[in-house]
This record gives sequence, structure tokens and C-alpha cells, in this order.
Amino acid sequence: MSRLDETWADRPGWWGFLTTVDHKRIAARYIVTVVAMLFLAGMLALDMRLQLSAANGTRMGPQLYDESFSLHGSTMLFLVSVPVMEAMGIWLVPLMLGARNLAFPRLTAFSYWLYLGGVLMLWVPHALGITPDLGWFEYPPLSGPGYAPGHRADIWAQMITFTEVAALSASVNIAATILKMRPPGMTLARMPFFLWAMLIASLMTIFALPAVMLVTSMLIADRLVSTQFFTPAGGGDVLLFQHLFWFFGHPEVYIIFVPAVGFVSAIVEAFSRRPLFGHIAMVLSLLSISVLAFGLWVHHMFAVGLPRLGNDFYTAASMVIALPAGIQIFCWIATIGSGRPRFATPMLWVVGFIATFVIGGLSGVMVASAPLDLQLTDTYFVVAHFHYVLVGGAMFPLFGAFCYWYPKATGRMMSERWGIIAFVLIVGGFNLGFFPMHILGLEGMPRRVYTYGPEMGWDGLNLLATIGSTVSVLGGLVLVANALLSYWRGAPAGADPWGGPTLEWAAPSPPPPYNFEHTPVVTGVAPLWEHDDLPVMTGLKDDAREVLVTSVLDAIPLYRQHSPAPSIWPLLCALAVSAMFVGSIFTAWAILWGMVPIAVGLILWFWPVRGRATSGPLRARGQ
Amino acid sequence: MDGRAAMRLLSPAFFIPLAACAGRQSPLAPAGLQAEWQHWLLMLMFWVCGIVYALVMALLGVSIWRGRHRLAAAPETSPDDRRLSRGLGLWAGMIVAGLTILILGSFVVERELAGERRREALVVRVTGQQWWWRIQYRDPAGTGWIETANELHLPAGRTARIELGSVDVIHSFWVPNVAGKMDVIPGRANAIDVTPHRVGWFRGQCAEFCGAQHAHMAFDVKVDTPAEFAAWLAAQARPAPAPSGAAVVVTNGPCASCHTIRGTAARGRAGPDLTHVGGRRSVAAGTLPMSRGALQGWIAQPQALKPGTLMPAVALTGAQIDAVAAYLESRK
Repeated sequence: MSRLDETWADRPGWWGFLTTVDHKRIAARYIVTVVAMLFLAGMLALDMRLQLSAANGTRMGPQLYDESFSLHGSTMLFLVSVPVMEAMGIWLVPLMLGARNLAFPRLTAFSYWLYLGGVLMLWVPHALGITPDLGWFEYPPLSGPGYAPGHRADIWAQMITFTEVAALSASVNIAATILKMRPPGMTLARMPFFLWAMLIASLMTIFALPAVMLVTSMLIADRLVSTQFFTPAGGGDVLLFQHLFWFFGHPEVYIIFVPAVGFVSAIVEAFSRRPLFGHIAMVLSLLSISVLAFGLWVHHMFAVGLPRLGNDFYTAASMVIALPAGIQIFCWIATIGSGRPRFATPMLWVVGFIATFVIGGLSGVMVASAPLDLQLTDTYFVVAHFHYVLVGGAMFPLFGAFCYWYPKATGRMMSERWGIIAFVLIVGGFNLGFFPMHILGLEGMPRRVYTYGPEMGWDGLNLLATIGSTVSVLGGLVLVANALLSYWRGAPAGADPWGGPTLEWAAPSPPPPYNFEHTPVVTGVAPLWEHDDLPVMTGLKDDAREVLVTSVLDAIPLYRQHSPAPSIWPLLCALAVSAMFVGSIFTAWAILWGMVPIAVGLILWFWPVRGRATSGPLRARGQ
Repeated sequence: MDGRAAMRLLSPAFFIPLAACAGRQSPLAPAGLQAEWQHWLLMLMFWVCGIVYALVMALLGVSIWRGRHRLAAAPETSPDDRRLSRGLGLWAGMIVAGLTILILGSFVVERELAGERRREALVVRVTGQQWWWRIQYRDPAGTGWIETANELHLPAGRTARIELGSVDVIHSFWVPNVAGKMDVIPGRANAIDVTPHRVGWFRGQCAEFCGAQHAHMAFDVKVDTPAEFAAWLAAQARPAPAPSGAAVVVTNGPCASCHTIRGTAARGRAGPDLTHVGGRRSVAAGTLPMSRGALQGWIAQPQALKPGTLMPAVALTGAQIDAVAAYLESRK
């Protein structure tokens, strides 16, 4: 026991902080950063809501308003929603697998440092007054060299490169871990649904993100070295940008939503105290969503004047998503109805999620229709729609997941009373604030206008939207305060406060650096409900960092694998990569010379370590 | 079946209170054939989606109600789900049926929007620029184009084919009471057919973010009777008399380098044609209602009224501004 501790613990102090490869510490870092970003983006949103709460608002001029919505959208999409899902995966996946760490521990550290680079890339220039001001998708020619002088557009484009490299690193890591490090007995058929969700979201990330990195790099090339990808006069095409952006942008929504489906399923299962109804149907519906998501990006472009028959194809493809999504909703409701549900805070979030997200899904069916979308796109109807989907569909499950796994992460329970208060404020405020936006859109209010005249008659509903958003933000502060206070004051949680079915509840709370003393052996989809004493296997060394590698389909133990020790090289490599990314805004030479420190860093990162050869085929012992 | 009759089958009974307060920039108060079809589709969607939402909430409520009465200590690890599985099949069937209705409805409306009505179409060229609209009609008397700006006149009952172009960035042409959007994209020749049939004033607005003054890139739309339209177009074709007194700066001063006033020396092309500016309803692409005061303010301090606008504040004396505003206001 103590030897395991010695083997897996980080060095104390700053050196340990900078070199750690512990997935739990890195995930905690991710989440703290995300909460800070969420707060800042929320403040921006409130600022914009105050500007719009009455006609002819004078709080902001057009420049400040454009910066605010650009920063809000970019932060929420690239620095909050995607990273927080990666962070939950980084934290949960090894615990749910009974594993000691992720497959590529140093890549986890590298991923966080680059994500932090993305955060600084956007917010340090903002502090210096060089804020991107063209929205969260910067369409050329507006973002091209002719209409966006200076470096605002480049900063946005490189911020994306940072966060996407970070997300790709995390996704490769999570997918490899789920496929190769499941505990003995956890065949694919017995894999908890949350792990399916993380696996599918990770694979989607790997396919979708290269498109946006490509398109932002092309934009930078247009701006830096006068390539003409998006210049009609130079033989380029402005629509090419939109196709590539939305080929990423639509799957992106599901990359955020699919892990949320995993959270909801885990909570519904644990609190209904029965296995998820329709496990196979749920997995198949997620798989079909992940495939369909890549075939409907054009529904973001119905108004650009593409051939109508093509638009009809994308209309049908987009609407079909409602089938797998509807099946999931049914399965959750059926699980609650046929189980023995307890309505603790995480379960309340599930109810709030269903009531809110279904509205977003149905308004999604409306905007999926090409002829109707011509009236709805780029109006407040769409603003309402995607906030219902992203806040109702992804943030509410995330808050539920936060409350559900908080005791595991900290060893303390959160206050139920304050949890309920936060829930009521957030869900109530959100619906009060965002439902009126549907009507504003139908009354003709376009997106991204910094002001409107009193003759338009939009002020009453806008005021309501401001009030609702404010209530919602207050609820968010209550949620964070509850989490902070409970960290010191909460009742001790014990290993399994909710009676959960999956392996993470077998680890101590908070889990030690090595997670589990022994690798669990699994016989079903809800292992903790099937055995009073969880069977385990032994054979991993306790005086060296070793993890178990199993086969992809049946999780048959194959190898003991050396797991890399803490290292400073991920941080130094991230710094080298950051230097190249930042430099390439100013000169193309940065790409060439920036490669040198990166190459040196990577060589030292992967420098062979003596003793690594202890890895090898698993000896049959006690199996 | 006649299209209009089909539309009335799903009359917007529910939306009447909302439609009543919907104004001259709203898809809820259609005044054109295309907008009517889109409104019909919106109603179809609203009812189908509303029923689905009510159903989901009812199921959720029943589930919570039933679940709460079933308290037991140990988790159930192998429940019998045969009835639920049948329910899932039924539910999936209902979703497929609902989607079939909505997809077919979309196809029908799409077909109507694409209908072949262009034979008799009136051709109007609309060009988006940061941040106003150049509007050109074919001269019925000659071969040239009659130009105006930020005010679109259309004859009722006749399809107009709006040919859209952009000289700078992407904009989007949108007159919700008449039809849906069509993006205005540099390097692409887009066109949209609109068939207004209710006479009146409406409002259009740019719907694609296009820079600092995206919020003030609106235009007025007047649907006229065919006779009124013909008279209006004939009036627009007439040139303007030359200004006199202090107002001559408008044709030989800085104004003329960007603006055209037909019949005078002012032949600039960067800004809106001012030949009949006084007859328009608003100033600076929907920023202010038309009046002499608005014109004075706009000439004196364009950056204060529309920060970022490409119209510069030019050095004119107060007397010159007053004279120019009076001249422009008289240009009906």
C-alpha cells in the first residue's frame, strides 16, 4: 500500500506541480480553468444583455459589442464546452476502468498546457486591447486581409489551433485508454454507457477537428503570405471557408453533447437504481448520431444559395437526428419510470435537462428545414435554439455530473439545500431568459446587432431576457460557492455515497494517486451492484509504474505496460509549440525556426529510459 | 389542391395574438407568397413539435410519479423490460411518422419557393455594401438602370427576381414579411424570387454579420399597386435640378466625390445615389427617419450617429449644411 503510494505520488511542491502526469490532478486543473472561463464568458453575456435590455442602449458602442460576442462565443465553444468534456473524460475514464492512469500520461499534461496556451492566447490580447471582433466563426472576406487589418483575426485563428491540438491530444488519449486498458472481463458489451459516450466523442473529435485547424491555417496563410484561398478575385472561394468550418462546426456540437448523454445516462442509472433501459439501443443511437453528424453541415449554410435539391438532402439528414435523440430520451424516461428513483440534486439536473433540451431539439427540427430556416437563421430564434441545446443539453448534464462525482473527487458531500437553490435559479432563469428569444427572432430581430430602435418593439422581451440571464448567472455563483464551501465544510462522503454501479465508486474518495490497490475484474455492466466484494486480479508491480493492457474486444489481459513517470518535457514542449504558434501570427519564418525547439523538446521527451523493458507479456498468475 | 387553401387548413389560430403585435419586419405577418408558405410551414412545425413536447413531458411526469411510489433498498439488476421495449418501438414509430410529415412539408414548401415564376419577373439588382444597399431597376423607357438606395419598391402581385451582389463582404438580404433570406456573397451571383401581394410598408435588414454597422444596414420596402409602382419608377428615372446658393457644394464639393445626383455634376459611386433621396423614408440605411433635421445631423456628424460608417464628416459651414439638407429634402 505505502509502496504503491511511493511509486505513484508526485514530488511535493512546485516541481511536482509542473511535472505531474496524474490524470486527476490535470483534470482538476482543466476544470478550475474552465470555471474561470465560464465566469468571464458569463460576465460578457450579462454585459451584452444589459446593452440590449432597452432600445438604443448606450452602454456599448459597436466595437465593444462585437468584441464581447466574439469573446463570449469563442470562449464558450473553444475554451469551455469542449475542454470541460475532455476534462471529465480525463478524470473519469481511468477510474471507471479500474485503471491506474490514462494510456499516455505525458500527453495528458501536454494537452492541458496547450489548452492553457489557448486561454492565454485569447485573453492576454484582450487585456491588451487586441480582441477578436468577428464572431466565433470569422467568415472571410470580413476576416481576410482586406477588411480585418491588425492581428485580431489571427489571434482568434491561432487560439483555435491551440485548443484543437489540446483536444486532439486528449481524445487520442481517451480513445486509446478505453480501447486498450479496460479491466479483465469488461468486454465491449459490458462497457458502461458513459465510456461508450466518451469513446464516440473522442473518435468524432479526431475526425472533425482537423477540418477547423486546416481552415484557420488557410485563413492565416491568406492574411500572412497572401495565398488566395478565400479571395474570389484571386480564384478563391469564400464558401470554401464555410464548408470546412461547418464540417467541423456541426460535429463539434455533438462532441459537446455526446459526453453529456453519457453523464445523463450514468446519473439516471445510479439514481433509478436499475441498469439503463435499452443499453444497446442507446449505444446504437449514439453511433448513428456520430455518423450522421458528419453529413449535415450544410444546414448552417441554407441561405448561401446552394442548389435547392442539395439543401433538401441536408434537411432530411438533419431531421433524422431526432430519431436517435428521441430514442435516448425515451430510454432515460423509461429507466426512471421502471426504477426506484431518488431525486437528489444530480437527478434534478437530469429532469431539468430533459425539460429544457427537448425544446432545443424541437426548435432544431424547425431550423433543420431549409425553407423555414431561411426565415429563422441568423435571428434570435437561432440564438435561443443553440443556447437551449448547448446550455440545456450540455451544461445542465455537466452540472449534474459535477454534483454526482464531486464526492468522489473531494471526499466531501455538497450541500443538497444550496444545490437545489442553484438548480432552481439556473434552470428557471435560463428558461425565463432564453425562451423569449424565440419570439424575438420571429419578430424579426437579427443576431449580432449592438442596438435597435424603439420602433421595432423588441425592448420588452429583451428586458425579460436580461432579467432571466441575470437570475441564471446568480444561480451559477451559488453553484460554485456551494462547491467551494463544501470542499472544507461538506460531510465526509465515503467511497460510495450514492450506491453507484460503476467501478469508480470502488476507489477511495478522493482516489489515491494510483486509483485502485488492485485491478478489478468485471462480470457485468453494473459491477458494483452484482458483487458485494469486487473480485480483483493481482500481478501489477507496486514498486514500478505499471498499467494493464487488455484486448480491444474482450478485454483479455495481454501486457503489463510501463507507465511514464512525471516529466517536465510536456510543459517545455508545450512552451515550444506555443512559441511557434504565436510567432506564426507575425512571420512565416516562425514556422520554420519554431520547429527546432519543438524537435529538441520531443526528442528529450521520448528519450529512452533504462528499465523500460520491464514491460512484457503477462504471466498467468491467479487469473 | 390549391396552395392557399392548403395553407388555411393550418391557419395560425394560436399565433393570432403574437401576429397582431408582429410588425413590418416579421415572418409572422406574411405579405408575400414565399413568406406565406414559410409561415404555413412554421405553423405545421409548431403544432407537431408542440404535441411532441407535451407528450415527452407527460411521459416524464408519469415516470416520476410512478417511480416515487416504488421504494426499495437494493438496486434491481435484471428487470423485465419487455413491455418497455414494445413502448420504445412504438415511440420510434411515432417519431418516424412525425418526421415524415415535417420532411414532406419542407419539400413541398421548398418546391413552392423554387417555383418557375421568372418569365414575367421584374428584375431588380440589389448590391450589399458596408453598410447600405444599392438598388437598381431596369429603365422601362430605355436600356440603362435607374438607381436608388435603401428603399425597395415592388409591385403587388408580380414576382420580382432580386439579383444579389456584394462589393465587399458577405451580407444577407432579408425582408421577412415577403420572403426568407438569401446571402449576398462576393464572387457569387445569387438571386431570390419574391412575390408580394399585400400593399404597405415593410422593413428589411442585413442578416449576416458584416462589420461594425451591421446593426444599421436596414432598408424600407414599399409594396405598391402596379400603377403606383409605375408612377414611382417613372419619377425615379427623372434627373434632378442643379442646386443653387450654398447648396452647390453637394455637386461640386466633397459630397460629389462619393455620391451621384443624376442631372448634375455629382457622379461619385462610392455612396448611395441621392437623386431622389428626399422621397425616401429613412436616412443612412434605416438609422434615422427622414427629415431635414436628420439630414443635417447626418451630414454634420455621421460618426456620432453611425460609428464606423464609411461616410466621413466633411468640413462644411453650418449654412452650407442647412442648404444641402434643404436641397436634399426637396429631392422627392
